[in-house]
Amino acid sequence: MTDCYIFDAVRTPRGKGKANGALHEITALDLASQALSAVRDRNNLDTKHVDDVYMGVVSPVNEQGAVIPRTAVLNAGFDDSVGGVQVNRFCASGLEAVNIAAAQIMSGQCDLTIGGGVEHMSRVPMGSDGGAWPTDPSTAIDSYFTPQGVSADLIATMDGFSRDDVDSFAVESQKRAANAWDKGYFSKSVIPVKDQLGLMLLDKDEHMRPEATMQSMASLQPAFAMPGDFAFDAVSIQRYPEVESINHVHTAGNSSGIVDGAAAVLLGTKEMGEELGLTPRARIKGFASIGSEPSIMLTGPQYVTEKALKRAGMNVDDIDLYELNEAFASVVLRYMQKLDINHDKINVNGGAIAMGHPLGATGAMILGTLLDEMERRDQSTGLATLCVGAGMGTATIIERV
Amino acid sequence: MTYENFKTDLDGDGILTVTWDMPERSMNVLSGSSMKDLGGIIEKVTSDDAIKGVIITSGKAAFGAGADLGEMGSNASASAGDQTHEQKLAKQFAGVMAFNNLLRTLETCGKPVVAAINGLAMGGCLEVTLACHYRVAADDDSIQLGLPEAKVGLLPGGGGTQRLPRLIGAANALPLLLQGKSLRPRKAAEMGVIHKAVPASQLLIEAKRWIKEEGDAEQPWDKKGYKVPGGTPYDKGNSTTFVIGNALLRKTTYGNYPAQINIMKCVYEGTQVPIDAGLRIEGRYFVDLLNRPESKNMIRSLFLSMQELGKGARRPAGVDKTEVKKLGMLGAGMMGAGIAYVSAKVGMEVVLIDTDQAAADKGKAYSEDLLDKAIGKGRETEEGKQALLSKITATTDYDALKGCDLIIEAVFEDRDVKAEVTKKSEVLLSDDAVFGSNTSTLPITGLAKASSRPANFIGIHFFSPVDRMPLVEIIVGKETTDATLAKAMDYVAQIKKTPIVVNDSRGFYTSRCFGTYVSEGVEMFAEGIAPALVDNVGRMTGMPRGPLEMSDDVALDLAHRVRTATKKDLGDKYVATAADPLMEKMVVDLGRYGRKNKKGFYDYPEDGKKRLWPGLGDLVEAKVTTSSPELVEKLKKRLLYRQAIEAARCFEEQVVTDVRDADVGSIIGWGFAPYTGGPLSLIDTVGTAEFVKACDGFADELGERFRPNQLLRDMAETNDTFYSRFNPKGQMAAAAE
Repeated sequence: MTDCYIFDAVRTPRGKGKANGALHEITALDLASQALSAVRDRNNLDTKHVDDVYMGVVSPVNEQGAVIPRTAVLNAGFDDSVGGVQVNRFCASGLEAVNIAAAQIMSGQCDLTIGGGVEHMSRVPMGSDGGAWPTDPSTAIDSYFTPQGVSADLIATMDGFSRDDVDSFAVESQKRAANAWDKGYFSKSVIPVKDQLGLMLLDKDEHMRPEATMQSMASLQPAFAMPGDFAFDAVSIQRYPEVESINHVHTAGNSSGIVDGAAAVLLGTKEMGEELGLTPRARIKGFASIGSEPSIMLTGPQYVTEKALKRAGMNVDDIDLYELNEAFASVVLRYMQKLDINHDKINVNGGAIAMGHPLGATGAMILGTLLDEMERRDQSTGLATLCVGAGMGTATIIERV
Repeated sequence: MTYENFKTDLDGDGILTVTWDMPERSMNVLSGSSMKDLGGIIEKVTSDDAIKGVIITSGKAAFGAGADLGEMGSNASASAGDQTHEQKLAKQFAGVMAFNNLLRTLETCGKPVVAAINGLAMGGCLEVTLACHYRVAADDDSIQLGLPEAKVGLLPGGGGTQRLPRLIGAANALPLLLQGKSLRPRKAAEMGVIHKAVPASQLLIEAKRWIKEEGDAEQPWDKKGYKVPGGTPYDKGNSTTFVIGNALLRKTTYGNYPAQINIMKCVYEGTQVPIDAGLRIEGRYFVDLLNRPESKNMIRSLFLSMQELGKGARRPAGVDKTEVKKLGMLGAGMMGAGIAYVSAKVGMEVVLIDTDQAAADKGKAYSEDLLDKAIGKGRETEEGKQALLSKITATTDYDALKGCDLIIEAVFEDRDVKAEVTKKSEVLLSDDAVFGSNTSTLPITGLAKASSRPANFIGIHFFSPVDRMPLVEIIVGKETTDATLAKAMDYVAQIKKTPIVVNDSRGFYTSRCFGTYVSEGVEMFAEGIAPALVDNVGRMTGMPRGPLEMSDDVALDLAHRVRTATKKDLGDKYVATAADPLMEKMVVDLGRYGRKNKKGFYDYPEDGKKRLWPGLGDLVEAKVTTSSPELVEKLKKRLLYRQAIEAARCFEEQVVTDVRDADVGSIIGWGFAPYTGGPLSLIDTVGTAEFVKACDGFADELGERFRPNQLLRDMAETNDTFYSRFNPKGQMAAAAE
């Protein structure tokens, strides 16, 4: 098997996913194109050498539809010979796109690929692409479909995380993110987003609330109590009848933010890197994706981590640094509890609770964040993972070279 | 042209009035012969140029009651034969589509067709009207229009799931289809199910006016550019209808009712395609239901058996019909007050007696309350209220009982108290008057010992609240005569309730079997299964409530008293359980009596939902606190099989002697999971061999309470079923299959 190396990783800052967000006035296509252009320009890349581009996108409709990676490749002015593939594994799409791009290298079918993702949530709202899972009675009823916020609350209930637990986790995420920005830990990867004139539009994550405290967190209303009361608590409890009632602890403050963003990771063989003068930063050691019980939905990171580690012949302690997407606080708390991972080894620079979760792009973003921090700390192994809708998980293990 | 079930009349304007009037039937139903006639009529309408428009109406008080479920059942089983499963399905599908094609031909015949709905139109009969171009109904609040198929485990298979959402949108159609709700004509017109409600006298005039003045012979869904109101499932805003609808369906039915799920599927899939494809989709899901045990069992127990029992199937033959004109009600508590109400409601004179006047008056005030509530909902008038109240005499004077045809006692559950009122009232009665006891636990033969005329003594066991619970369990004592039984049943028919007839035994049939559900739940808790798991699984079996909350509702101290009495009565024969010391502790040591003192398995805070009492964890260490689908399945089986095996024992012991009594009584008596069709239907569906095997397994693991009785073992040898071995009537086999 050919080794696959990471040469570069870029991400846009994340704009608030609302009509008053800084990135709302540029298109999803533009956003994706700017990420691809940055990879080209930072590396003086002759794009003829790029074999293919894989990008995650979770709502591939309207301006994000019709294989936006290929459209972005053309829009960014890449060579016509470069293709584009739309990848959707819900929240892990960006990481899955990197894994597929890596697999092409590892299997010897490509020499240079880009994996990444884009989600312009303020312009193409979550759920715009419909989907049978919650809607078609043939599957919704049998699979105990539950909205993920209620699932996150179910995890908190079953694993014993109180409102204080999830709120203090969220406050810490905000603190860590603010600290990382202040000290410039993200500067290696974040590329400023430009407007139609080429002027700077956004150069910092816009969603953060570094001033958040336990008091301000406590003032937020549980976000999923209403759908829960209406029907979904009952659905969850039918799947987990040992639960008497669901403790709705998640709010807008301790769940991931809705944001706009894009990311891209440049991957290739050692030989291609040498030919193009690229320095390998890390090797893709392994990756995995799994399915898990769909109703509780967000427990996948534990199982996919176990699988990826096992395949790589490693165990939990062999990993120096972890990134787990902060979809909801309980997801990370559960992961730390089940795998016995100390908080000082995971999401050390905060996560999506502070900075937001642009669905299709996040996986590629956190992989870059992980690598930057491994370099800063001079650590050798890292694992990035995400929980995924409909009960899945994706993970990637990297090691520095 | 002449038809067996329809009369036709062509007027000078070329309007053909088709009057549905089945011979020797009180109601029109969609039988094979009606459909055949309808086919002939449609053919004639299409081909005869003299016919310009059609009015379909009924010659009976009702328009039509729906499909002939009895006939449908026989067809379903008759087609079994030696054909392959695929052949059987294809044949059933062709049968369903034949009716659908007929209606499709009707609505595309090119001539305007009006349904003039003169009375109740349900099920398939309402579906016929949905295939008409114009629906006008008599504006009369007593008329019900609805598609109730879901209530017996079916779906409207004559286009109902397709035409209704195409008329009023999925969001409005789904509740009607899923719950089988009926509408009054005015409401139906408001919702757009029908076009207009007019005074009955104007019905045919309006029908003709429409044909002459408007007469659009094309259905909305056949017009170019037609869109389903509210959109298809993936149109903006409409997906919530399904996302929330699916969740609510699971919440309310626990996935136990395939009919409701199939209805959702019909509407979801069917509204995304043209009507003809939608009708085929509906037809397939209908056939799917026909082949499921739930629909067969529900049709049999909830429709056919219920109807037969209601019509007096179990009444002894050869006894003249009687009527209760004057009822004596002893005891004006909750039960007595309720019995007085339901009796006065049908015009009986009621003497309501209690030991002091205030108690008697309070019992009568119960009727007043119910009537005031009904007036508030527009279901009763002030005159009606006064008329009913004037029938009830609240008194302490036993002499007022003179002339009563029937006395029912609902005094304190104590043999001596009951003996005293029996003696005191009997002396005032005529020789043929009947004395009934509403006891729920004390054996009737024993109580009858206090009577000077035990032949006229019978158990008439009501369920609480009396005005809402449809079942009456009639208990025949050792000396009770057929004439007495017949009289008691005539009375139950008068008050429009469904009787089952059982023989004397501790707890009779319903209380005895119901008790096993509650006690099995307490056993589970005593074993260390988390109480939330016990009650959630209980609800998931299809029982109305979990066993622990049910215990609280019944009252723990009452249950404890009954248990103590049973222990005393049975002596050495009493089988102690793990639940005994637990209940003793709850009631005697901790004073937790249940909902009534707001302390039981649950706490009942003033300002919120009940919560499991946190102290339960100190009483029993919870050992099973997580579940798996396999564990849930096992616990569900435990709770249902425990009741079913008790019912099978009751059958062997001749406590209950008719399969219909056993099954119907279980569902409308103690809420036994309706989709099973009742405990005996459940055993038949599982298969006696399999059921015995499963119960032996439970018995080995959990105790002899699960050990199958001899009858079950005998039946298991040939995998015999209750409904074939104890088939009450030839035709029942059809639906039973």
